[in-house]
Amino acid sequence: MDTTEIIVTLTGLALSAFVIWYFFFSARQTAAAVSTSSGVQEVDITVKGGYSPDVIEVERGKPVQLSFYRDEENSCSEELLMPDFSIRRDLPAFKTTLVELLPQQAGTFTFTCGMGMLRGSLVVK
Amino acid sequence: MEPTTKTETLDIEGMTCASCASFVEKSLTRTPGVQRAMVNFATEKATIEYLPAQATPATLKEAVVKAGYGVTERAPDTSAADRQAEIDQQKALAYVKLKRRFWVATVLAIVIMPLSMLMLWPAMMARVNMQWLNYGLLVLTLPVLFYSGREFFTSAWNGFKHRAANMDTLIAVGTGAAFLYSLAATVVPGWFMRRGLMPEVYYDTTATIIALILLGKVLELRAKTQTSAAIKALMGLQAKTARVVRPDGQEVDVPIEQVQLGDLVVVRPGEKVATDGVIEEGRSAVDEAMLTGESLPVEKKTGDPVFGATLNKTGSFRFRVTKVGADTMLSQIVKLVEDAQGSRAPIQRLADKVSAIFVPTVVVIAILTFVLWFDLAPVEARLPLALVNFVAVLIIACPCALGLATPTAIMVSTGKGAEHGVLIRNAEALEKAHQVNTVLLDKTGTITRGEPAVTDFVPAEGQNAGQLLQVVAAVERQSEHPLAEAVVRYADAQQAPAIPATGFQAIEGKGAQASVNGQAVLIGNFRLLDEAGISLSPAVRRQADELLGQAKTVLYVAVNQQAVGLIGVADTVRDTSAAAIKRLQAMGIEVVMMTGDNPQTAAQVAAQVGITRYFAEVLPSGKAGKVKELQAEGRIVAMVGDGINDAPALAQADIGLAMGGGTDVAMEAAGITLMRSDLQGVVTAIELSRQTIRTIKQNLFFAFIYNTLGIPVAAGLLYPFFGILLSPMLAAGAMALSSVSVLTNSLRLRSFSPAKN
Repeated sequence: MDTTEIIVTLTGLALSAFVIWYFFFSARQTAAAVSTSSGVQEVDITVKGGYSPDVIEVERGKPVQLSFYRDEENSCSEELLMPDFSIRRDLPAFKTTLVELLPQQAGTFTFTCGMGMLRGSLVVK
Repeated sequence: MEPTTKTETLDIEGMTCASCASFVEKSLTRTPGVQRAMVNFATEKATIEYLPAQATPATLKEAVVKAGYGVTERAPDTSAADRQAEIDQQKALAYVKLKRRFWVATVLAIVIMPLSMLMLWPAMMARVNMQWLNYGLLVLTLPVLFYSGREFFTSAWNGFKHRAANMDTLIAVGTGAAFLYSLAATVVPGWFMRRGLMPEVYYDTTATIIALILLGKVLELRAKTQTSAAIKALMGLQAKTARVVRPDGQEVDVPIEQVQLGDLVVVRPGEKVATDGVIEEGRSAVDEAMLTGESLPVEKKTGDPVFGATLNKTGSFRFRVTKVGADTMLSQIVKLVEDAQGSRAPIQRLADKVSAIFVPTVVVIAILTFVLWFDLAPVEARLPLALVNFVAVLIIACPCALGLATPTAIMVSTGKGAEHGVLIRNAEALEKAHQVNTVLLDKTGTITRGEPAVTDFVPAEGQNAGQLLQVVAAVERQSEHPLAEAVVRYADAQQAPAIPATGFQAIEGKGAQASVNGQAVLIGNFRLLDEAGISLSPAVRRQADELLGQAKTVLYVAVNQQAVGLIGVADTVRDTSAAAIKRLQAMGIEVVMMTGDNPQTAAQVAAQVGITRYFAEVLPSGKAGKVKELQAEGRIVAMVGDGINDAPALAQADIGLAMGGGTDVAMEAAGITLMRSDLQGVVTAIELSRQTIRTIKQNLFFAFIYNTLGIPVAAGLLYPFFGILLSPMLAAGAMALSSVSVLTNSLRLRSFSPAKN
């Protein structure tokens, strides 16, 4: 094994480790919902190659209003799926789409884009 | 000219009792410019008609606040159709842009390809300057990368910032790597040569991959719009205007949004019914196929409900509006289908789990492929081989096929179901229905019509049947008893002329009496005649016993103290029941019946429709228990009931099918709602479910097998044995076609049509 091979191998392994850590284990951006006077829990989410924030904490039994602002035209994010709440919504580009739901059970519910690539989760407490 | 008014709906908060509502209403009515205000305490909504010149939504809100209550701010309230129109417009625009990017990439790739292959003709090669050729290719590739392919890079970068990786990540990294290598080989060829490497360029790979992936996207987008075609068709059914009768009798066409509860609407032949309501005047035949899948027009008369979007065929009528906007049957169907399309099928779980980790995993595999090739290949070829295989792995992996496999099939089939009057609540219900091996039918209202009908009209010897029927009908027309109604319907069907009856008197629990043509007529059960001291002749008695033996209800008719005839009444089996049950049995499903009736009646009906197993004398509270009993035998049970009385049994069953015109209750209780009161719907539902699950399985199989075979081949696993390497360009072609093929397979469900008997 020559020096170049050693360098390539070590770089490759380091990159792989980084990819695994970065996508699976690094900390996520979490946000808690803000309750309005009428008791609705509101959260603003920006959609651009992903959801920010992508972990949303809400309380059980209170209505939740999620405002998704899609800040891109990329077709990957054009659909929003929240299968646990039977929601499939088209998100128009550069527009805010409101999604309302009432979480009855505690738990973590994933929401994704139409193909399940972009992911976020709704944590109901 | 009358000034035009506007209508505003406000959501009121803080109302605790009905008097609060009237308080808010008063406050609103006193506001200048308000013509009419109506506050509904139950829905917490105020509907206000006002003159826009004198009042604005802001002053209306002020009035509510002044009364001590609040107004909930609502999101800009665009109708579903408007929202859809905007989305469609955006999608159409995106499609045009995508096509343009595709064509730019394709044309340039077609030029780049042959130029890159000049080395195949050594004679030609000798004449061109390698260096200049590479620069030429670079210039041609730049627009492909930065115009056609820009979206892949921005999307990958945006995703990366969110720690998300998608298909674009793979394409961006793959084409980016090929491009950067080529750029280096173009700009500093000396560096390569000093290390004994040919400064090869991969511009053709970069351009072709982008062109092919864009081709895949174009095809995919076109196919995807078709998956939701059914729901768009449903939304398009909505009438645009309604012809409202004003209090002064004037008929005015108004936009559908302005139609209000309680309005009287006129519908002429050939027109669409504007919204849901009840007929007040007139009769007609209405085509309800768009809602129920029933192909024959339905007769409608005063008191019958009509539904928005259905088509009035023959007569004219006026109806009172009972539901508008989101409450109408059509809106509810659209909502239900939309919800179903957003739900997740359990079969999808594995694909979901794989999708979630797919892209980063592929990136790691690609990096390791690069390292292994670099370490193991001969020194002079190791860098190009490592690069080519690295790119091939990234490009061939297709998470899209996995992601599209289930939802597209669910979308097509739920839409298809709605078209045939089968409303599927969610993907889980659809999936469950394909496993069903036992169908439990509630007799009354499902197998049978659920309303009594005259089956036998038996005049005693020497009586004129036609005259007797006239006499009987004359008495029964005055009665409100369901059995009497059955007799009247029968008489009408026989076109017996109506004659008057006088002195009608209902005798509680026994029957009725009246005088027709001066004759005293008695119609009722045996006790009625018995107590009147009328005896039956042996012949009549024998005929009565025969009818009773057939589990029919017998009405006895006496004229002038003499028994003159019998009427057999029974709940009749629907015309389609026997055929549908036969079809279910042919599908390998056991059909079981349950009823509250006595065993005799149960046996009779069961035999008539070809059912061998049945439960008789089941109390309403015991229905769910019977479902459990069947489940305990290890069966997967579909329960078919009417949704209102059968809710617990429908819920207990593995899958509940509610029959009967989509009442809210039925839709809530059942996994599947059949809009048409007809067992054929059960057959349709199960067949649709079976076909859908088959399609999903094919899709998933294809997506998994494609990725599990494609990635190792692209990594060069076959090279040591067969010398086979996958060109990144071929990988791009395969990738482009993989998601399109899954979509196309799902779209095949559009040709589903239920088996007819």
